[in-house]
Amino acid sequence: MEFARKVGAAVINALSYLGSLAALGGRAAFAAFIGPFLGRPVRFQSAVEQAMEAGVRALPILSLITFFIGLILALQSAYELKRFGALNYVASAVAISMSRELGPLITAIVVIGRSGSAFAAEIGTMKVSEEIDALETMAIDPVHFLVTPKFIAMVLMLPCLTIWANSMGILGGSLFGVLQADFTWGRYIRASLEALFLRDVVTGLIKSFMFGVTITAVGCLEGLSTGGGAEQVGRSTTRAVVVSIFLVILVDLVFTTLFFFLGAH
Amino acid sequence: MISLRDVRVSYSGREILHGTTFDVQRGETLVILGGSGSGKSTLLRTLVGLEKPTSGEVWIAGKNFSAISGAERDAIRKKIGMSFQGGALFGSMTVGENVALPLREHTKLEASTIDIMVRLKLDQVGLSGYEQYMPSQLSGGMKKRAAVARALAMDPEILFFDEPSAGLDPIIAAGIDQLILDLKQAFRMTIIVVTHELASAFLIADRMVLINKGDVVAMGTAKEMQNSTHPRVRQFMDRVPEPAVAQELDYLQMLTEQQPR
Repeated sequence: MEFARKVGAAVINALSYLGSLAALGGRAAFAAFIGPFLGRPVRFQSAVEQAMEAGVRALPILSLITFFIGLILALQSAYELKRFGALNYVASAVAISMSRELGPLITAIVVIGRSGSAFAAEIGTMKVSEEIDALETMAIDPVHFLVTPKFIAMVLMLPCLTIWANSMGILGGSLFGVLQADFTWGRYIRASLEALFLRDVVTGLIKSFMFGVTITAVGCLEGLSTGGGAEQVGRSTTRAVVVSIFLVILVDLVFTTLFFFLGAH
Repeated sequence: MISLRDVRVSYSGREILHGTTFDVQRGETLVILGGSGSGKSTLLRTLVGLEKPTSGEVWIAGKNFSAISGAERDAIRKKIGMSFQGGALFGSMTVGENVALPLREHTKLEASTIDIMVRLKLDQVGLSGYEQYMPSQLSGGMKKRAAVARALAMDPEILFFDEPSAGLDPIIAAGIDQLILDLKQAFRMTIIVVTHELASAFLIADRMVLINKGDVVAMGTAKEMQNSTHPRVRQFMDRVPEPAVAQELDYLQMLTEQQPR
């Protein structure tokens, strides 16, 4: 009985957390799409700055990581493909698993580490130093002021970063292809492109869009619900990272399942 | 101008304010006095709408603050200015941008006009020439002054101060007191100050309210407070520490948390 009560409480907590995320996302969307018609223009400048920080400045580290991931994928699939003498399928194996799964996922993980945590820390620090309260007493909606630009930046930048990540992964795979599987650079790239259907890339991009929404909502919600004190900012930041990773994988599972059954027909 | 009717506020089940009632007249400077944990900061946060009362009414400028739409609340908030204890300046903006923010968000003034207003407000608080500084480059007293400049940006009718002289040396604190007095004389603003600094309270207050453990203990002019015979007021005015546990039995009870026989 006690066990059932605890499970029930945990489920209710989880659902109410998801509800808060959706509410925050909804308020940000309202500020982005309806607000301008009510005379409250979106803070475009701030969105561009956020896009610079979350997107463009993530490129070097994201490139390096996805290049390695592509190379690893090639090595791992070659291990199995070699037994069937099908080493020339390395290109398509890498291209498909990058675009459908690992490109969006690795991008999301890198962005969680760089930006999701930064959102929680930034907003959490503002909460602790009463800056959020100051915004409210100045009749400035903190969601409109702080959260909406982050949402705009993230849902635009994550798909862009994902496309970049896919390309870097294929490039990483091609290194193996050229050195070990008798490909030339041109032939490897052509083989990759032939293996990919538009569907593979688009499903990955839809997922990355949803990841952007998830990461921003969690980072900002954790920041806004920070209690008093510097220690709480650290806790919010940690929670933002852990919860984001979990939810991104959950969203991934849901959408992959969805695409699997939709694709069957 | 401001009127509280039996306001009760709770944090996660614990009641902080147990039915507070008082009025503030237009142009008056009211000082809310109280020790740490007395509920005076909660009272201030309730006045500016950051805490929702669990019951009772807060009337500001003729509107019941807890029963109006978001748009109406924003309209009132544009007429009030709040200076937070630590300044609460936005760390990512310069001092000038901090002061300009409410003007940029709520008015359609030209950028050049806003620049002039920012200089004007900074000059009022004695910080002219500091527009381009970041808040982190300012001292504690300067941060508070900059926060006052930001609170003044929209020419508010009511100005709230949370612990204006906390953590400042006596000279800087006296400067802040003088600033409040100047504002009071120059603009006839309604000013509400939360503090536990007696000297500054007697200097600036028209009337005072003493809060203790969530209740209004006494209210009156500086003179009335000085001559009050209420034990709590006397204790606060005469800076008498909490009496030590007097009875041995009580002490024993406190230690063992058991009913003494």
